[in-house]
Amino acid sequence: MQEINTQKKEATEITNGEIPVMEVKNLNVYAKNTQILKNINLIIPKNKITVLLGPSGCGKTTLLKSMNRLTDLYTELKITGSIEVDGEDIFNKKNDITRIRQKMGLVMQRPFPLPMSIYDNIAYGLKLKGVKQKHIIAEKVEKHLREVALWDEVKDRLKTSAQRLSIGQQQRLCLARGLAVEPEIILADEPTSALDPISSRIIEEEFTQLKDQYTIILVTHILRQAKRLADYVVFMYYGEIVEHGDADEVLNNPKTEILKEYLRVGH
Amino acid sequence: MNLRRKAEEEFFKYFSALVTLLIVFVLAHILWTILSKGLGTISWEILSQEPKGGFYLGKGGGILNAIVGSLYLAIGATIIAFIVSLPVALFLNVYLIRYPKLLSTSRFFLDVLWGIPSIVYGAFAFAIMMNFHIKNSLGAGIVTVSCLIAPIMIRAMDEVLKTIPIGLQEAAYALGSTKTETAYKIYFKQALPGFATAILLAFGRGIGDAASVLFTAGYTDHIPRNLGDPTATLPLAIFFQLGSPVQEVQNRAYAAAVILMFIVLCVSLSARVFSRKK
Repeated sequence: MQEINTQKKEATEITNGEIPVMEVKNLNVYAKNTQILKNINLIIPKNKITVLLGPSGCGKTTLLKSMNRLTDLYTELKITGSIEVDGEDIFNKKNDITRIRQKMGLVMQRPFPLPMSIYDNIAYGLKLKGVKQKHIIAEKVEKHLREVALWDEVKDRLKTSAQRLSIGQQQRLCLARGLAVEPEIILADEPTSALDPISSRIIEEEFTQLKDQYTIILVTHILRQAKRLADYVVFMYYGEIVEHGDADEVLNNPKTEILKEYLRVGH
Repeated sequence: MNLRRKAEEEFFKYFSALVTLLIVFVLAHILWTILSKGLGTISWEILSQEPKGGFYLGKGGGILNAIVGSLYLAIGATIIAFIVSLPVALFLNVYLIRYPKLLSTSRFFLDVLWGIPSIVYGAFAFAIMMNFHIKNSLGAGIVTVSCLIAPIMIRAMDEVLKTIPIGLQEAAYALGSTKTETAYKIYFKQALPGFATAILLAFGRGIGDAASVLFTAGYTDHIPRNLGDPTATLPLAIFFQLGSPVQEVQNRAYAAAVILMFIVLCVSLSARVFSRKK
């Protein structure tokens, strides 16, 4: 393994006067015999697209899953440090994790539509939030399906099973489903990796539109996608943040050898 | 290919064919014996009347007592087993999935329970009944059979739930679901077609079992009126009536076998229909 020249610059400088929505402090994640994440410090700025970039297996997905504590599902992971959303530590067991998770919409590598109708997929999260009036639910279903440009394709078959949609439509539905709980942050884990180029482009366009209202954290290993979308880039390698900062700065003037190599090969 | 490998190939090809033929022959022989002896006896009288003059020596009447008794028993046991199995299967796959060692240990013990011979369940239930002075009854039979088929139902449901990708669970949590909501609103719905198969599989096993009801449900010429009455069952109708010296009664045993086979066949076929429908 190449020696990594980790920058000792404080991660908090990433924000440049932006409003922070999430702060990761000294986060370490250990699996049985390895350390997946090493001392991660990161501030996520509001209404920007922050891209977590890096080769497969560098810990990007683990970092993303830590952010809404989906790491709970894997007891073999040991976590130290903290992640604060709106000043609340999500690892503090006193805080209601279901409420914290509703602050974040998740889009995964593959879409997992819930085993119910298209309409109910969107309505599900709303009902969990306690929205009961039918007309409000109907309005929001339409609003969020329009938001992901799916409304016209499905408006005549809202009551049919969501699992019959094409995979690209399913992915947009999963995005709409995440938006319906009105999160502050959208966590996206390689959301286009299972999609064809056209569906991928649609998802990317939606992200650029959505950043006015939401903070987006996007995991990707596709360099071109990072260039198209990122306001901020966090480059990770073997569980560490190697470089981070303004997208233009990081991608055009890499300071470390490893990122230079990654940018050259990945181009 | 050298000679040894060629010979090996040929040998296993014919060996497999031979064994397959043997099994088909045995199955055909069983079916033929039961159908040839039982089919001729099946009549409206057999299906619609209780035995007259005692099931052992009486020549008149039919086996309605056993048909209805078996259906009561198997349906009751399936309902109880379902009420127990559903939470257990969901618990394994939604809660225990975080503890892989505990999960595999639980599955191991369920498999052990599945492997226990049904006569042991019968004897165990009988010992408990003696202790509490409960007599042979439909209710006792239902509880015993539900103990017998619950591990089968749990593991069959578990196998269905195992195929659900963990991503669906993550998606449910990400939307703010609790574990219970994930289990009963998401996993249950996703697994529903497979659950139908699990339920029917357990029902088929329950209705065909003789040993577990031998000490617990008793036997009678009458249709039970409540849970406290003893009840006849088709497997025991076969067992007792075959032992009779009277030819007509023996034929009734074969008729009972035909009916039991028919019920189990229907259940298996509908299980297939359910599992194919997605």
